[in-house]
Amino acid sequence: MRVLSLGRWLRAGRVPPREPASRPSGHRHSGHRPQGPPQELPQGPSQVPPQVPPQKVSVEVLEHLEHLALVDFRDSEGVERLQKAIQFADQLHEVNTDGVEPMDSVLEDRWCLYLREDDVTEGNCTKELLENARETVEEYFVAPPGINLCKSLVVLLETFDV
Amino acid sequence: MGARLLGHALRSQVSAALKEGRVTPTELCQRCLALIKSTKFLNAYITVTEETALKQAEESEKRRKRGQPLGILDGIPIAVKDNFNTAGIETTCASNMLKGYISPYNATVVQKLLDQGAVLLGKTNLDEFAMGSGSTDGVFGPVRNPWSYSKQYKEKSVPKSHSEDEEYNWVITGGSSGGSAAAVSSFTCFAALGSDTGGSTRNPAAHCGVVGLKPTYGLISRHGLIPLVNSMDVPGILTRCVDDAAVLLGSLAGHDPKDSTTIQDDFKPFELPDLPDVSKLSIGIPKEYHAPGLSSEILSLWSKAADLFKNAGAKVVEVSLPHTRYSIVCYHVLCTAEVASNMARFDGLEYGHRSDVKDSTESMYAATRREGFNDVVRGRILSGNYFLLKQNYEKYFVKAQKVRRLIANDFGKVFGSGVDILLTPTTLSDAVPYTEFIQEDNRTRSAQDDILTQAANMAGLPAINVPTALSERGLPVGLQFIGRSFQEKQLLTVAKWFEKQVQFPVIQLEEAERHDNGVFQHQKSASFS
Repeated sequence: MRVLSLGRWLRAGRVPPREPASRPSGHRHSGHRPQGPPQELPQGPSQVPPQVPPQKVSVEVLEHLEHLALVDFRDSEGVERLQKAIQFADQLHEVNTDGVEPMDSVLEDRWCLYLREDDVTEGNCTKELLENARETVEEYFVAPPGINLCKSLVVLLETFDV
Repeated sequence: MGARLLGHALRSQVSAALKEGRVTPTELCQRCLALIKSTKFLNAYITVTEETALKQAEESEKRRKRGQPLGILDGIPIAVKDNFNTAGIETTCASNMLKGYISPYNATVVQKLLDQGAVLLGKTNLDEFAMGSGSTDGVFGPVRNPWSYSKQYKEKSVPKSHSEDEEYNWVITGGSSGGSAAAVSSFTCFAALGSDTGGSTRNPAAHCGVVGLKPTYGLISRHGLIPLVNSMDVPGILTRCVDDAAVLLGSLAGHDPKDSTTIQDDFKPFELPDLPDVSKLSIGIPKEYHAPGLSSEILSLWSKAADLFKNAGAKVVEVSLPHTRYSIVCYHVLCTAEVASNMARFDGLEYGHRSDVKDSTESMYAATRREGFNDVVRGRILSGNYFLLKQNYEKYFVKAQKVRRLIANDFGKVFGSGVDILLTPTTLSDAVPYTEFIQEDNRTRSAQDDILTQAANMAGLPAINVPTALSERGLPVGLQFIGRSFQEKQLLTVAKWFEKQVQFPVIQLEEAERHDNGVFQHQKSASFS
């Protein structure tokens, strides 16, 4: 391996960042990262080639995601955020991963999940665990009825005209 | 009574002071608590456990009087990031979802510290659920970098005509362990726990001028650390000097039966040599870390650091980690996917916030999560679920796992070729003012700020930020060392050597000086400014 020649390396490296203009607050932020027009995505890795338009996520998928995640997008900003996240992730496809195995854990060579003896070593903490729940009955956590139960109940009530 | 105590290093000075009775644990605790009160504007702490801390200090004092201290940490005030469970103490993760949640147990690392007599002062502020690189996105508000109020920073600011501007120009701590970094930096504690998933310990360490250690994945137990990314999270250690980081590491590392991702090998705590020698080492400079946006100041410091090693006889070589530019993208996919899974537990039933909506389980869950999580968390959950959809699983999640292997292999090749330690910048620039930071959204900022730190998490390697010099604006800049897996001793030895070379200046903070009955010794930074 050749010994580092710093001067040569620094010149041969990436284009040095532009020096930014001074900030209105009065501080001279010399050495601060350049501020161009507001960037949605960070500089560095190349963008998806412009001739491939980013795929719009369909309404069905959006609804499916909200249902799976039990989190709503709230507004168009939320949807846009997802679009940008997908666009950002699409850069992965530039990497050739033929013949590469997925990596689940960095410890794959050193460790295999072991099973311990089936002995009860701790527990008996029902009281402590229930303390943090807002709605409990005796030793149960209480949840509202499930959706199917609700629907069945509605059908039942409608049938009997209650 | 010794002056300048709060600024002392844990191992060499405070421990000695406690041992010799020059200060008692109670006095130390009281001083730290008083300083926490007077630096409240930093917003570093979410919870201050005054009563229990004083009790712990009292117990420590009794033990010391009997001549039976539990160890070097007995009586030492420490702080813990608020995403570690602490029995009987609120653990919020800076989120509405866990406001009011009182942990029923101690995280293993917390238990270990308490077992050695450490005094827990409180829980520190962070980005909500540790998602972020500024410590600005928690529900308790942003953390302010203590250096914003330092003489060094004020001197470099353009003189102002009205007092409002000091408020306006305070800089961020970095994140997400900003509270812990600020707590250590402002002398309110001697060490603090953070967490590191993509750089969350090293980034604020760099901005706050403290040592931030990310240990090898699998060395320290994650049991009780509320998880973000199970395959990358590690507890992080923040201290004022490298020796102290070694002490903390010694107290925390080792197999935990409650965390099956901790390796089973015996861990032997070590002391670092007084006069480390780097002449037989090979230091690698990864060229891809000369990332776009890297400030010329940091570039110059990095170059000078390489020179330092060369002049000391070390072999300094340029190396290549070709997949570096994809690591942030890979991280984005894996992180959001694991987050989507980890955040699924928050449904309001067993703990945490619960919505009043009662129509059905599903609507209650949805409303609870809507009310409990901020936009950042919700955004990541949605993205993560997208990447995990059946039609996307291979294309994104598995693809990212393959790229992860390539990134880990890059490091493997470099270390396999004879390089012992990598030297890189930790951040792209010094800390920016809060008003500027919030102009970009959290995801953009994280992607920008994590770029130099998160590959180490991808590969599970140990890495450390060492404060190096002050920038032209009078703010700290650090450099990062990345080591081989489980070779923390070598990593910390190199870090200690470097620390001795650069002589990073002590922060001159009015508040701290007032509480410490003395004027801080101003240390010149010998080689760098």
